[in-house]
Amino acid sequence: MSEEPVQAALPVPIEIEEGAESETRIHVATPWQLMWWRFLRHRVAVVSAFVIACFYLIAIFCEFIAPGDPEHIDGAHRYVPPQTISFVDAHGRLTFHPGVYGLSPHRDPNTLRLTYTTDSTKWYPIYFFTQGPPYRLWGLIPSNLHLFGLGPEAQDQPFYLLGTDRLGRDMLSRIIYGARISLSIGLVGVALSLLLGIILGGISGYYGGTPDLVIQRLIEFIRSMPTIPLWLALAAALPPKWPPEYVYFGITVILSLVGWTRLAREVRGRFIALREEDFVLAARLAGSSEWRIIWRHMVPSFLSHIIAVITLAIPGMILSETSLSFLGLGLRPPVISWGVLLQDAQNVQTVALYPWLLLPGVAVVVVILAFNFMGDGLRDAADPYGR
Amino acid sequence: MLQYIVRRLILAIPTLFAVSVLSFILIQLPPGSFLDDYAAQLAQQGEEISNQQLERLKEAYGLDQPVYVQYYKWMKGILTRGDFGLSFEWNMPVSQLIWDRMGWTLFLAVTTLLCTWLFAIPIGVYSATHQYSKLDYLFTALGFVGLGVPGFMLALVLMWIALSHFGMDVGGLFSDQFKSAPWSLAKVWDLIKHMWIPILVGGSEGTAGLIRIMRANLLDELHKPYVQAARARGLDERRLVWEYPARVALNPFVSSVGFALPELVSGGVILSVVLSLPTAGPLLLNALTAKDTYLAGALILLIGTLTVLGVLISDILLAWLDPRIRYGSR
Repeated sequence: MSEEPVQAALPVPIEIEEGAESETRIHVATPWQLMWWRFLRHRVAVVSAFVIACFYLIAIFCEFIAPGDPEHIDGAHRYVPPQTISFVDAHGRLTFHPGVYGLSPHRDPNTLRLTYTTDSTKWYPIYFFTQGPPYRLWGLIPSNLHLFGLGPEAQDQPFYLLGTDRLGRDMLSRIIYGARISLSIGLVGVALSLLLGIILGGISGYYGGTPDLVIQRLIEFIRSMPTIPLWLALAAALPPKWPPEYVYFGITVILSLVGWTRLAREVRGRFIALREEDFVLAARLAGSSEWRIIWRHMVPSFLSHIIAVITLAIPGMILSETSLSFLGLGLRPPVISWGVLLQDAQNVQTVALYPWLLLPGVAVVVVILAFNFMGDGLRDAADPYGR
Repeated sequence: MLQYIVRRLILAIPTLFAVSVLSFILIQLPPGSFLDDYAAQLAQQGEEISNQQLERLKEAYGLDQPVYVQYYKWMKGILTRGDFGLSFEWNMPVSQLIWDRMGWTLFLAVTTLLCTWLFAIPIGVYSATHQYSKLDYLFTALGFVGLGVPGFMLALVLMWIALSHFGMDVGGLFSDQFKSAPWSLAKVWDLIKHMWIPILVGGSEGTAGLIRIMRANLLDELHKPYVQAARARGLDERRLVWEYPARVALNPFVSSVGFALPELVSGGVILSVVLSLPTAGPLLLNALTAKDTYLAGALILLIGTLTVLGVLISDILLAWLDPRIRYGSR
């Protein structure tokens, strides 16, 4: 059964131009260089890698990039729809400066629903690298510099590019802060399952025999268990009194306890394939220690495959956290993650009235698609001598 | 063949045993005895539970005995009397609560699986025979989206569109007026009107994956000499594709039944919560958050058993289709 990506049907030759010069370039290139060139040929994967890099930059510097404080409650502006950026100022003149119009609330006399109309007599320009609500970068460095905002003089004016939630909190800032938790949980969870996968898969593949049999049975059993009920049950067993950091760690451990089997299988498969290779035999005959054979000779030769598998495992982790938190069994407010934000969108009636509450889900979808495409590209690139 | 089935059935027994042990461990995980919770809950409702009653319950569940005795009592109740224990949240036997729900769960999973095949096989064949055509690219793109978009997001968006543009409330499986009505043609029609969303959403991921597998397999097969030979002899193209390569390409397809069915059952948990379907999902979530231990344990045990059965069925189907498995592993 072939699970090759669709692109695999097209054999991509590495040689682009004819000529002795480029040929020598390829002959002397290191494997990593070849992989890099091959990866660059996969356009969608490169774009996806760029998107992922942007998301992680946002996650790292979320305090600076978010225009506001995600916990700030603006009681006068609940469920404000996303504001549009306008290049026409209050006097109707076209400017080259982005800005937003003021908002005036109206209460519908029949439904008693609060609606907001834009007030085009007021126009507030958006400034870059401006001052805004104070924060501590990574909880350490105090600052009030933001990437963009309305500036100090329009501090208390509504500036909600992605709207607000039921308490009048800025969705954009919340999504940006949520990126930190949601994206890091993917990395930490995969790191943990990689640790389990390499140790158990390595033992299984390198030694074979009884340990292999035991570990394979264990993997088969875990894979035959229904994943989602298992997560739910484990997550429900976390004590409700735990502080958020413990819950965060608990959830990651649960996700990796269920998710390590795929990585272990991959590692085992690679070990078995390499065990019989001549270069391993040569290293053994030359008197290398087991440790040296594994880390110096075997691991580097399958590292690229493992990286590709990891990349394809991260979106699953992110999605799991989102689903668990969405159901109320994962992270809980005041922690901000995309799943926690989506809890507000559980009810269709609410979504129908305030569709921008689904925007955290858009972020999830973009990140997951990007990881999948990048993983596909990496998987193709991981074997530069193949085909 | 019979020998293979028997051997495979015997192999499933230890797995089922492990599933039951795991379910039992899971319901024991939350701190504190559930009887304390139960007593506290009753006290909260103003009901007094007598010490005598507590003792009787303790004895019935073997709570004063070691864990393995408790497990033994639990399993014995299930296997001999179909007694899954008592649901404290609902204050009735678990067995009265679950069968209806499990039935709907199974029904939805099987229907979704059938629909998945109905779409995936022809589309996969078309994509392979018309490689790099416009429709092939379209299906490939749709497939990527289907694999990448989480089911509950898709469900929410579809429900939102149905509600805001067509004024249809598509949650659940029935409209209000049909919920407790006896079966009739109108009720079946109502069910069909509600069922398309869970089937579409639940099946999207599986369909996308299967189309990819079918396409890749058939492409491998179509380049083999026997296809060329058949074509050279002037065989009708449609017959040529469907009669030989498509059948060979179906083989690995069947092995995916093993994980498709369990994934539908287990993935359906989140979906059914979002869509408020009368399946096991919302009941399980409720039981877990309310620490209704026996109900949660019974549901996890049953879903786990369904998973094991799914793998079993696919293994047997595969052996039936492919003699190499039947004889090779002997």
